[in-house]
Amino acid sequence: MVYPPPLCGGGRYAIVTFFLVQFVTGLASASSLFLAACGLSIIFGVTRVVNFAHGAFYMLGAYLAFTLASRLAGDVGFWAGIILASLAVAAIGALIEMALLRRLYSAPELLQLLATFGVTLAVEDIALLIWGPEDLLGPRAPGFKGAVNLLGQAFPTYDLLLIALGPLVLALLWLLFRRTRWGVLVRAATLDREMVAALGVNQKWLFTSVFALGVFLAALGGALELPREAVSHTLDLQIITEVLVVVVIGGLGNVLGTFLAAIIVAELNAFGILIFPKISIVLVFLVMALVLIVRPWGLLGRAEAAARMAGGASLARWRPFDKRGRLLAALAVAAAALFPFFAGDYALSVATEVLIFMLYAASLHALVGAGGLVSFGHAAYFGLGAYGASLALKQLGLPMEAALVAGPVLGFAGALLFGWFSVRLSGVYFAMLTLAFAQIAWSIAFQWSEVTGGDNGLIGVWPSAWAESPAHFYWLALALAALAIALLRVIVFSPFGYALRALRDSELRAEAIGLDRHRLQWIGFAVAGAFAALAGALFAFLKGSVFPDTLGIPLSIDGLVMVLLGGVGTVSGGALGALLYKTLSIWVISETDYSKLVLGLLIVALVALFPQGLLGAVQAWRGRDARLQGATP
Amino acid sequence: MKSLSAALYALGLIAASASFGAPASAEDTIKIGEINSYSGLPAFTEPYRKGWQLALDEINAAGGVDGKKLEVISKDDGGKPAEAVTAANELVSRDGVVMLAGTFFSNIGLAVSDFAKQKKILFLAAEPLTDAITWSKGNRYTFRLRPANYEQAGMLAEEAAKLPAKKWATIAPNYEYGQSAVAAFKKLLSAKRQDVQWIGEQWPPQGKIDAGAVVEAIAKTEPDAILNVEFGPDLVKLVREGETRGLFKGRSVVSFLTGEPEYLDPLKDETPVGWIVTGYPWNDVSIPEHAAFLKAYQAKYNDYPRLGSVVGYSTLKAAAAILAKAKSTDSEKLVDAAEGIEVETPFGKVTFRKADHQSTLGAFVGKTALKDGKGVMVDAEYRDGAKYLPPEDEVKALRPQD
Repeated sequence: MVYPPPLCGGGRYAIVTFFLVQFVTGLASASSLFLAACGLSIIFGVTRVVNFAHGAFYMLGAYLAFTLASRLAGDVGFWAGIILASLAVAAIGALIEMALLRRLYSAPELLQLLATFGVTLAVEDIALLIWGPEDLLGPRAPGFKGAVNLLGQAFPTYDLLLIALGPLVLALLWLLFRRTRWGVLVRAATLDREMVAALGVNQKWLFTSVFALGVFLAALGGALELPREAVSHTLDLQIITEVLVVVVIGGLGNVLGTFLAAIIVAELNAFGILIFPKISIVLVFLVMALVLIVRPWGLLGRAEAAARMAGGASLARWRPFDKRGRLLAALAVAAAALFPFFAGDYALSVATEVLIFMLYAASLHALVGAGGLVSFGHAAYFGLGAYGASLALKQLGLPMEAALVAGPVLGFAGALLFGWFSVRLSGVYFAMLTLAFAQIAWSIAFQWSEVTGGDNGLIGVWPSAWAESPAHFYWLALALAALAIALLRVIVFSPFGYALRALRDSELRAEAIGLDRHRLQWIGFAVAGAFAALAGALFAFLKGSVFPDTLGIPLSIDGLVMVLLGGVGTVSGGALGALLYKTLSIWVISETDYSKLVLGLLIVALVALFPQGLLGAVQAWRGRDARLQGATP
Repeated sequence: MKSLSAALYALGLIAASASFGAPASAEDTIKIGEINSYSGLPAFTEPYRKGWQLALDEINAAGGVDGKKLEVISKDDGGKPAEAVTAANELVSRDGVVMLAGTFFSNIGLAVSDFAKQKKILFLAAEPLTDAITWSKGNRYTFRLRPANYEQAGMLAEEAAKLPAKKWATIAPNYEYGQSAVAAFKKLLSAKRQDVQWIGEQWPPQGKIDAGAVVEAIAKTEPDAILNVEFGPDLVKLVREGETRGLFKGRSVVSFLTGEPEYLDPLKDETPVGWIVTGYPWNDVSIPEHAAFLKAYQAKYNDYPRLGSVVGYSTLKAAAAILAKAKSTDSEKLVDAAEGIEVETPFGKVTFRKADHQSTLGAFVGKTALKDGKGVMVDAEYRDGAKYLPPEDEVKALRPQD
């Protein structure tokens, strides 16, 4: 190992040297980021699947490489282990694609996100069962253990190898896509899937092979980290957002763009921390927000071909409740109001939480279903509502009643601000910009300790005396949630709601009849945010505390899971999905330590069985029933 | 047709109520509710669980508390404060536990401690390190076992002051734990050594350290010594990059918690040598009470204890001692009994101070070394937590007066 003398003094030569070394260090990080991310870009480009399980495959690659590289002794064994591990994971990926995703390509877009989310949950617990809870330190790469002298600084040889590998993989992918028949077909499918199918290309196998290649690259990215870091069962979630962001910055489906984005992000981080040592936590999201505001399709991306709608154009027409429906809804609320008379305190608090999440899911559902705007950052407004209410109570000394107003006001304001930028984009780019804003809001809550308490949160947020008992708070939550959900339905069936749906179904035609897309969607976004914030404010009082995770990605994903489970093509499926998902998850977490495995498999099963969501499936079944009898549904 | 959804909601709510119904309670047992991040942090919480299970067996084999069997109902919080509050609610409202114990993360500890205050139930925080839980956000119902951040900082600052190093740089994860660890260490070391300068700091996000860039950024400031608060996979990356790039060569490193087997063991033969750390050298402890604990633990699990095992074991022993002293399961009487109580632990007798409800459990301070390809702690010495806590009359001013 070479140990050069430390930098002497602050001479100009030393500073130049330092910047060069820091730049090369950044390149190594960029390469490892690119290797992790490129597979995701390829899969999305062709199949339009936002493969949330990419992180899980990355982690599996690292774990399998650990096992194989430790078993297959020797220099050859290490590298063989890396390759074999990646191939094995690619095979697993192909199996998942054939067994699960194939069934979903014609389902509403994003359902694959839900399916791969379920896979991620399950894989995390499976990894835990196989490899145990402790962090595993793999061997260092044979021949790349030490450092070389780079301008007088010790520089790890393995980093040099990574710097070479990134461009090498990029070049190989370029050759594969440009110089092989398979590559031509893949590129054609990226441009126009329907046309490729019409020309008689077997899309099934094309998709499976692309998916396997993407998963292979994910696993390779994970396996190549073995000499740099410990393998742990949290690797999947650590990497998934970061690679998603890098892929989006570069432009979805554009591998060269991913490469550029990785370099930009890694270098900005390497130099950013010199000036702002705390910048890393939010840097990638700031970069993504800025890039998307300036270039709505990423650095090298192109406008998306009209994607399949998130909402259900293919499903039954939406109708407001008829008389019988209104009566039944009123009865359901009345039945729910009787709950405190026979339920214990714990059951009541669980039911209150379920109600709150029904409202949260309903607000997201209005945005996704009626607006066709799939937000990956809806938790931001839930969290702003929770913080707004808590701060009003703790800092301003307002009573709970006023705090329940302050929360939605803050959420509405936040949604107005973020929404103005977000709704200028569409599709996955819209989703990712909302995610970026949510992460920025999260990092503010996380960092601004003087006001938000940082990750230690704000505690002591308890309801006013009259609402303190679980039964009273339950009634309060029921009243507010029922009113708010009813109001959301009214909005969906108002002229404003029809305008939103028109923009969702055909932007061009809607604009041609004079609907102002930006303004309408902006208002829709802000209104949905305000309702989510009301749920957040109630949540703060239910828990007595608020923490940054109320703004976090997992809660945003949870919201989507609820909406998709309920049925995105329905009017109010989200609330039903929330009821099911929240009840199940509270119960499963209470009963087992392997809640992720159970929930993950359950989600996978539900998605495979009911791709239109539960309520959607019921409606489809009833619709078929009605058609069989020759009646109009 | 939409009316169906309404009917489904009603059905769902009724189904939900069935699975969250009221439990039966037996009068011949005393129930303790226990919450920890079992699914989120199994590497830490499994040894902890084994620890309290051993203590539970011992207590019940010796006849329980006041002739009643002790029962622990254990819940997972999934690493989320909101779920910990749900679990606490379930334990208190449904299962009828007489006290709460456990938690690992500081924010979860704080959430449960505030719940305990609201519901007026005793909460014995096992592992959270934040100073806030006993000081700025302390309350009547919350007690904490493990030595706080401030104490660990005090132990390390004492050793750091003996070093010739004047220029210091810090590396810590960017959240409350890292921030308060660095702040306390800076304050305590600067108080002992006026000539110390703080010339650089790095705050990588937890779990996402860009180790190469961080190492170079620290090396650029040319410190004499480095304070490290990184742990887990981040620490592994930092150590690998730092060793390869020569950051630690000729520099002293002082590091929080790295001597705990939970953090030391994964480093295997790449354990950095000569770091000054707090921790737990399980096979090199001369405290007599520890020998019995070690023997029993190894006999039961055929594994060696981690620090979490000691904490879990001591937590349940403390809970039993409080129940025995109070001779009641009334919260107020339990709190009165817990204030100032003496508890036997594998590290000897500790006291839960009346003024701030902090136990005087200490930690070991020593140096890391390599032995047979594994990381160990050498020259380790037990430091009594009492010596590193501010006097009881001073901490009163730190606690809210309500």
